[in-house]
Amino acid sequence: MSNPLQIVVCAGISPDPLQTLEPTHDAANPGLKNELVLPAVLDPWAASALYEAAALAAKNPGSKVWLVSLGPKAKLQQVLMTIAQKVPFELVPIDGPIGGFPDAHSTAAALAAAIDSIPGLDRSNLLLFGGWESATRGAGVTLQLVGELLGITDQFQGVDQITLRDDGSFEILERVEGGKHQVSVCTGLPALLGWATGNLAEPRNNPQIGMANMRTIMPALQKAKPATLDPNTLSYLSVALPKQQRTTRVVKDLSPDQIAAELVEWIGAE
Amino acid sequence: MESILVLTHADESGSALTKPSLEAVTAGLELAARLAAPLTIGIVAVDAQTASKALPSTARILAVSGEPYAQPRYATDAAACAALWRAANPTIVLAPASSRFTRVLPSVAHRLGGLIDTHISSLQVEAISGTDAIEVTRWFYRQRVEAVLTRTARPWFLLLDPGTNAAFASTGASAPIEEIQFDPPTTKTTVTGFRAPEQGQQTIRPDAKLLFVAGAGWTKKQPDGQTHVPEAADLILGFLTATGASLGSSKSLVDQGGEGNSVLPFLTHLNQIGQTGATPRHAKGLSTCCHGEEPHVVGWRFIADRRAISLDPNCGWTRGKADVVYVADAFPVIAKLNALLQAQKP
Repeated sequence: MSNPLQIVVCAGISPDPLQTLEPTHDAANPGLKNELVLPAVLDPWAASALYEAAALAAKNPGSKVWLVSLGPKAKLQQVLMTIAQKVPFELVPIDGPIGGFPDAHSTAAALAAAIDSIPGLDRSNLLLFGGWESATRGAGVTLQLVGELLGITDQFQGVDQITLRDDGSFEILERVEGGKHQVSVCTGLPALLGWATGNLAEPRNNPQIGMANMRTIMPALQKAKPATLDPNTLSYLSVALPKQQRTTRVVKDLSPDQIAAELVEWIGAE
Repeated sequence: MESILVLTHADESGSALTKPSLEAVTAGLELAARLAAPLTIGIVAVDAQTASKALPSTARILAVSGEPYAQPRYATDAAACAALWRAANPTIVLAPASSRFTRVLPSVAHRLGGLIDTHISSLQVEAISGTDAIEVTRWFYRQRVEAVLTRTARPWFLLLDPGTNAAFASTGASAPIEEIQFDPPTTKTTVTGFRAPEQGQQTIRPDAKLLFVAGAGWTKKQPDGQTHVPEAADLILGFLTATGASLGSSKSLVDQGGEGNSVLPFLTHLNQIGQTGATPRHAKGLSTCCHGEEPHVVGWRFIADRRAISLDPNCGWTRGKADVVYVADAFPVIAKLNALLQAQKP
């Protein structure tokens, strides 16, 4: 037996991990140099959440996935041209600032308001997904705040697996310390899941899904509501790249025996 | 005037505080001394009385205890932390960035009209215009950009990264605890236990001195034109057994398991370090067969002493990031290394 699901996925955008990042020197208004033109991707852990949501929706006919994303409209459009090829979703865009430095509480308030405004969404029957941290702010805070604002008091973080049961309950695996998973059973919705990597590979591009998604994405982007994020007294005193640059000793002419002997000594040294 | 609450919780035993909790106590003691501020310590545990014995006698100690708090769970933990805050009414809350508190404290801060910042790696107090200001350091963009920030709003919750402070060592005397009584909230969630990765042997050891990082090169074709995955698995497990090291992996190696390719049988995404993995803290790190930014820049940002074995003498990812790079094939080096380590055993 399967039940139609309503899954809302919160996902930001972040610079492609292989890009060189350089902060601006204005600590009072921090950002990354050329951040708007850096190649961007859907935030990796949030992307895991989206792919898991789509897989769940596919297994439960009648389900629907919304993708709620905050960022500059032009940048969202650029990233979503790629993501739209992978899984079906309806976009709920918020036209706001890019990057990891805005306050998480304000970001959460904007996301919660956008979710609250989704027509026909039954919040008592909601699965709220997102990444357990972003690749930008990396605080692991925003999703919990969104859940709290929406009154969701069954929250899970570092999720790698959800197993739905016929009686409406579900089992969750959450990452905890020491390379283990905590196993929980929740008797029903609503619930919030902050995903780690999950278990799914990135879906292949599917032009048919892309065409279907783009019919709704472009109008949604045109109607995206602007959001101004209050700093909530957050102020930055410095923003910098780490200064540590090591002097690397490159050892080219030692045999495996010699390297092994050197490493044994190094491992044993206090 | 500031007042400080340090939130702590017990480990799986229910009666002993976790090491990151005791690290937060150290940070609280130092901050309280610097600000001349009163310090309260809150405990969430099944048996708070026993857990409190690890705490200093100079602090006021509050506790929420009992079976509902045996399980790390959002509804009950959030209610417990909020009750401790209401009893102490502090301006600053310090807590370990454990999975248990990371799950709930953002929402607790919101419930109490506060704000939160996480992954704090250091706390400083600076006198600004005659007033002591708390400044905190944390990383953005997955440990690639470091920022110092402050807030004037209170209460301000700060989650401290494990390993950034020494654990408080008790002298044996602690203050009496004040139990906070309240009805635990109803919850739909039951924690049924813990599960280690299906692959069997536990290779993640947060307390190990050494992190061994395996890259995708272990599964690539070797000079004989063949892959040697079983041999690679034996070598890596042999090394981990001999040294007690923790195992980290590059994303590319872990991802192979999801694409139908042969992959080291004991690896899961939990081993992954880097952009979408962990950034563990160990004294030493040895990377093998890695080529890429994630293990060398993001994954071992907090590894103090770093060495690498790589076939590429010009690998730009290790240059400037590792202290020593051995240009060599990791297969024979690790085989010899394991033999030497085995021979050293009494």
